[in-house]
Amino acid sequence: MRDYTEEQLERYSRHILLNDVGVEGQERLLDGKVLIIGAGGLGSPAALYLAAAGVGTIGIVDGDRVDISNLQRQIAHFTKDVGVWKADSAAEKMRAINPDVNVIPYNKYLFASNIKEIIGKYDFVIDGTDNFAAKFLINDACILGNIPFSHGGILRFDGQTFTINPNESACLRCLFDKPPPPNLVPTCSEAGVLGAIAGMLGTIQAAEALKFLTGAGELLNNKLLTFNALDMQFRTITVNKNENCPICGHNPTITELVDAEQAVCDLK
Amino acid sequence: MTVETLDITKDHCPMTFVKAKLALAKISSGDVLEVTLSGGEPLENVPKSAQEEGHKIISIEESGDNYLIKIAKK
Ligand SMILES: [Zn+2]
Repeated sequence: MRDYTEEQLERYSRHILLNDVGVEGQERLLDGKVLIIGAGGLGSPAALYLAAAGVGTIGIVDGDRVDISNLQRQIAHFTKDVGVWKADSAAEKMRAINPDVNVIPYNKYLFASNIKEIIGKYDFVIDGTDNFAAKFLINDACILGNIPFSHGGILRFDGQTFTINPNESACLRCLFDKPPPPNLVPTCSEAGVLGAIAGMLGTIQAAEALKFLTGAGELLNNKLLTFNALDMQFRTITVNKNENCPICGHNPTITELVDAEQAVCDLK
Repeated sequence: MTVETLDITKDHCPMTFVKAKLALAKISSGDVLEVTLSGGEPLENVPKSAQEEGHKIISIEESGDNYLIKIAKK
């Protein structure tokens, strides 16, 4: 067990006080390694909460730079950061919150060619990406690499998330088989999103990561959580592993990673 | 069985119980933690919280201006 300084004890006191976390859970957080893919609407709150919690190593991946249109919901980025790499910008805030944390920014996008090597270093992955090609790539890489992850998506007033325990619980392809064709993906004019729902969804994903690391409670395995902020209704739909799933079913047809075609207008 | 000691007379809620939890986490089941704490809030809350988490309070006695509490780890 670590020797906690007075400052560390104070910092983590509200977690240590929880019976389901305690000192042992805080130790697991400090030893934990989480990769956040996407430093945008979902990745920002997830990154800040995981850093605040003292998750020992946090990787954050994004190949884009901060744009002023991001600031309405991507809360790790400030007006002064416009033009800065998003992963660097988020890393700066994470270190400012908690200097204990080893933050590793990756200023690049993940593809079939480089995802395996990066996610293999982590215990848990948070999918905070904004396009179907990336979401299916992350799903496939995590299933093949046996790394648990949280899926998340938001659009307009809606959010959805579930947590995948590879080969044990339903994966993204168990539910959706393959990415929708690019022409069915919402276009730019349909790409509005209520800023705060990014925080709602990304924070649920952060809570799942913290629960995974500490072992507290039950994860959203086989449970698709959806909400609509207009009527503020939350629903949990039970989903099942599909034995015909092309990646985690009995006879998988996907045995290696490929990049899916991406929509022309990616939702940012 | 080992006996560890902890002085939280200078701490305030909730750090009193945070420090007690840390000390309890470091010892083995059945080991005893002797906690010195002040009367009032710490005396009311620390033994109660320890009990709620399943530990056993062996004794509570006055010790000068403070109190000495013996807790057996669950
Ligand atoms: Zn599947």
